[in-house]
Amino acid sequence: MPTTDELKSIASQTRRDILRMVHAVNSGHPGGSLGCTDFFVALYHEVMKPDAKNFTMDGIGEDLFFLSNGHISPVWYSVLAHYGYFPVSELATFRKLNTRLQGHPTTHEGLPGVRIASGSLGQGLSVGIGAALAKKLNNDKSIIYTLHGDGEMQEGQIWEAAMYAAANKVDNIIATIDVNGRQIDGDTDQVLNMGSLEAKWQAFGWDVMHMNGNDMQEVVNGLNKSKTLTGKGKPVMILMKTEMGAGVDFMMGSHEWHGIAPNDAQLEKALGQLEQTLGDY
Amino acid sequence: METTLPMSIEKVSEDKDTRSGFGAGLHELGKKNKNVVALCADLTGSLKMDAFKKEFPDRFFQVGIAEANMIGIAAGLTIGGKIPFTGTFANFSTGRVYDQIRQSVAYSGKNVKICASHAGLTLGEDGATHQILEDIGMMKMLPGMAVINPCDFNQTKDATIAIADIDSPVYLRFGRPKVPNFTGGKYPFVFGKALKFFYGTDVTIFATGHLVWKALEAKKILDEKGISAEIINIHTIKPLDVEAVIASVRKTKSVVTAEEHQMNGGLGDSIAQVLAQHFPAPIEMVAVNDSFGESGTPEQLLKKYGLDTPNIVEAAEKVISRKGN
Repeated sequence: MPTTDELKSIASQTRRDILRMVHAVNSGHPGGSLGCTDFFVALYHEVMKPDAKNFTMDGIGEDLFFLSNGHISPVWYSVLAHYGYFPVSELATFRKLNTRLQGHPTTHEGLPGVRIASGSLGQGLSVGIGAALAKKLNNDKSIIYTLHGDGEMQEGQIWEAAMYAAANKVDNIIATIDVNGRQIDGDTDQVLNMGSLEAKWQAFGWDVMHMNGNDMQEVVNGLNKSKTLTGKGKPVMILMKTEMGAGVDFMMGSHEWHGIAPNDAQLEKALGQLEQTLGDY
Repeated sequence: METTLPMSIEKVSEDKDTRSGFGAGLHELGKKNKNVVALCADLTGSLKMDAFKKEFPDRFFQVGIAEANMIGIAAGLTIGGKIPFTGTFANFSTGRVYDQIRQSVAYSGKNVKICASHAGLTLGEDGATHQILEDIGMMKMLPGMAVINPCDFNQTKDATIAIADIDSPVYLRFGRPKVPNFTGGKYPFVFGKALKFFYGTDVTIFATGHLVWKALEAKKILDEKGISAEIINIHTIKPLDVEAVIASVRKTKSVVTAEEHQMNGGLGDSIAQVLAQHFPAPIEMVAVNDSFGESGTPEQLLKKYGLDTPNIVEAAEKVISRKGN
């Protein structure tokens, strides 16, 4: 069982990887990736602990994770690599021709750890529910985790899925929304004010909890608590408050770093704020 | 041998709807394969999925009027080894959920069977909002997606059962009205294989779906006119039986295609592409020509939009006249 300090150490390296990956190809989405880093590190290393060496598409008997907001692929790739799904050196191929690390995650190139393509928003919750239903049919007690952006809540399919899961008591799924309040065009409140996500998900019949997504101990505690809410007849929703760009001071506080890469000077400045703990790829 | 083929094709039962063939096939499949699951978006009766639902309630998922969610759940169910069959009208099975199919099913390589009823004009009185005539085109453009448009009850039933054994996404298109039932037995469904009903030497008629029976009717009229028509049913539009297409046209050197679909993107379009690349020959296409449908009875609509037996006869005579000397 890794200590919180060990998880923080992995997170620091993950943030360095994210910045270096997007810088190398001058494209990609660092903001949301940095914001969700603590979540990914805790989920894989502390909560799910999947068998990386024997990846199967069906994942019988193990917890599964689906990334619905596929644009934050850099954080997922880094965590998958350090967890052991594929060589860390492969992070250098991100978004380059013939890579398995496509701009948005896909099963198409056979990257271990990925079970569905995502990028076009709003689809991952439905997929997660389907996988959860398959678990139930298979008498498999493991749990399905999904992650979504808060801007993604503007997609209608999310609410179709929300309604279905509650009505059918899909209680082996834990969905998390990255509530950073930002989307490409600006603050979510400005682009399309969604009102209270808590009230909406409660009204849709989900068990809703809150979590600070940028405090490692709180993420670990929150995810562990969410597991205790499964199996009680309701799907579980974690509203995870994060800061877009978390870990790099000049990337926080706006939507500006949603989808642009740092230049050389900015990269150097950002890396200066993040300790190299596991070695750069 | 060509001469051993019958002089006419006989019906093997009373007229039946192809959607009932789907329902019967799905029910049989449910008994044979415990990994088969079914999803429906509030059209269980219309899709004839009741028997499956009744016998296998744990494997039937009523998703309500939420087709995008249905496709996503189906994709997810494959992760864990299930073989999902989704059921709704063809319009809501394709155009409404194209991006969900594209990303979560086709690009993700998921073994989902998208089963679509009430395709084409023969939906009838509900009119153009529901009469999708673009679905074959949309679905065949998706990499890795198989497209099947069976012609009668038996073929739809057999196709439904057969696609459970194909490990890839499939679009299975069928319809609402009762139509002649004449395949099976000597005319089995084999995925990806053209089904020849009659040999001929003057023209090849490639037909799919409800227009196969019309093509067989046209054959009789053409016989009387002294025209020898080869009648081939292309139920699997993708992957297309390219060898069968070329072999037939090498002999007849002229082609009619017949389908209940837009000319753009349909069977005719697929045949034309093959011939242009391998064996150029004149083609006439019996299809809807860049138009929406409207309310009416199936027979009235097929007549008004030029998809009836006389249209196939006329197309055959015209294409023969276009052959080079």
